[in-house]
Amino acid sequence: MSKKILEIRELKREFVMGVETVRALKGISFTVEAGEFVTIMGSSGSGKTTLLNILGCLDKPTIGEYLLDGVDIKKLGRDELAQLRNHKIGFVFQAYNLLPRTTALENVELPLLYNREISSEERHKRAINALEAVKLADRHDHTPSQLSGGQQQRVAIARALVNEPVMILADEATGNLDSRTSYEIMALMQELNRTQGKTIVFVTHEPDIASFSSRTILLRDGKIQKDTQNPNPRSAREVLDNLPVTDDY
Amino acid sequence: MSFYNLIIIAFRALERNKLRAFLTMLGIIMGVGSVIAMVAIGQGSKQSIHDQLSNMGSNMLTVMPASNLNGGVKISGSSFQTLTDKDITALKQQAQYITDISPSVSAKGQAIFGAMNWPTTMQGVAPSYLDIRKLTLKDGITFTDQDVLTSAKVCLIGQTVIDNLFPTENPIGKVIRFGNIPFQIIGILNPKGQNAFGQDQDDILIAPYTTVQKRILATIYYQNIYASAANEQVTDQATAEMTQILRDSHRLRSDEQDDFQVRTQEELINTLSSTSGLLTVLLTVIAGISLVIGGIGIMNIMYVSVTERTREIGLRMSIGARGKDILLQFLAEAVLISITGGVIGVLLGILSCKLVTMILGWPTIISESSVVLSFVVCALTGIFFGYYPAQKASRLDPIEALRYE
Repeated sequence: MSKKILEIRELKREFVMGVETVRALKGISFTVEAGEFVTIMGSSGSGKTTLLNILGCLDKPTIGEYLLDGVDIKKLGRDELAQLRNHKIGFVFQAYNLLPRTTALENVELPLLYNREISSEERHKRAINALEAVKLADRHDHTPSQLSGGQQQRVAIARALVNEPVMILADEATGNLDSRTSYEIMALMQELNRTQGKTIVFVTHEPDIASFSSRTILLRDGKIQKDTQNPNPRSAREVLDNLPVTDDY
Repeated sequence: MSFYNLIIIAFRALERNKLRAFLTMLGIIMGVGSVIAMVAIGQGSKQSIHDQLSNMGSNMLTVMPASNLNGGVKISGSSFQTLTDKDITALKQQAQYITDISPSVSAKGQAIFGAMNWPTTMQGVAPSYLDIRKLTLKDGITFTDQDVLTSAKVCLIGQTVIDNLFPTENPIGKVIRFGNIPFQIIGILNPKGQNAFGQDQDDILIAPYTTVQKRILATIYYQNIYASAANEQVTDQATAEMTQILRDSHRLRSDEQDDFQVRTQEELINTLSSTSGLLTVLLTVIAGISLVIGGIGIMNIMYVSVTERTREIGLRMSIGARGKDILLQFLAEAVLISITGGVIGVLLGILSCKLVTMILGWPTIISESSVVLSFVVCALTGIFFGYYPAQKASRLDPIEALRYE
């Protein structure tokens, strides 16, 4: 039995909007083990975003337990949560969120600047390695405006990898990309998952994307509707190879 | 987050918007530059007024016989005869704050040369009197201590006397008669113009005091003693010291009033210094206001920057920046702007001082204190005006900040 990265028990999250109480999550329990590639699916309003914020330690549950890599986040303060995010989570956003007019290398270095244990040589070395891992070794000095959408998202993935987190948390990471580039990103994710054993939690609303993962959790109205294992996920690399040659028109 | 990383983060953030950072800095540059230039110009003019005063003999001390009660009747000081050679000797031996000392006697009379004559004053003094009063010679030589010993019949002549006795000739070497005594003119004084009371300071003949005492007035007393303090700062000490020496010399009991008085030029100096001091304060205040405006410029830009970079702040928080880190980052950006602006401002201020001196010929004195002070003030400006925007940034909710459009 491998190590549990995420452990969620009876998680509830309620928001008070004026006099009304909105119950976004109505009691969710699941665990994610090291090396899993989980997609969380659901239509809008299903509580997907709320769950993601809690998983990312940006928000805390109203009731219920959340253990990230064995740490109970309920007991942590704002600053400790920030540190936890820095050490254990790598975020990938739909809109990339790269710093404009900043080179790819400096963007990737960013999380390490908030980790005082890492020297500047180490930081530089790790950033270069992370860029290599996403196959952008030759784009160190390019700023986001000089990169394509797919390349920008790969820089963002490198930024998520650089702190050697226990989990990569992707929020609609392919939402802004065309299907070919989406498959490229998924191929990269699969590779990171398989060869480096990275645990990935990928939030999406596209069933097509979910088919690349080893497990899919379907949310509906703040509850888990379905939690299915997918023993034989599609290979994004193969899908990519079978795509017709780029349309020329 | 270490301090070094903080500087890297702040520096990279500023680097992304070089032009904006520079424009923000401009307010501080102008503020600091003008503070330094204004203070330097103010100080320079103060110093030059001071120097001019010193040329007039601002460290001069005058001893004159004091008015006194004599059997219940107040008698004017000038009719007293209390200052003698004994006092001069005592002062020369004991006084430490005094550099030059000269007795003075004067006689009014008619100066005659050939067919011309002119009513004037002959002042008998020691050679050091010229130094005390900052008198200089236009031509010729001055008399010496030897001339004092021999009561030589030589004199220096003022411009007004020359105008009336020698309208066309060079007076050097000529012999004039004053009180029926022939005097050879050995030097011409540079004109000094009127003094503060409208007296013509050039209507004068200057001779050795022994000559005036023995040959004209037949007296052993002095009317005044002139002395110069080592410098202006010690005039008070010099005054106290002279008073004590003269009291001892005059054998006054402790309950007796002084039978002389020592006067300084302090009042004159104070008036003029305070005028230029006021000027410095005024200029500094104006420059200080521009520094504050520069600070407000920083605050304005930092506020805009926080709003504009909301998503960036959200991202930084999501990858592990604490509220404190964000606060420090924005604060560091503000301080980097203000300090860099401060350094450039100091250089610009010094440069403009040099230009003012070179082109306009105004004296400027760049005081270290104004450089240090304006530098400290601009660092504080950065912290003060940068704090509120930074605090605003640090309090953002990462979830909302990430979704901010």
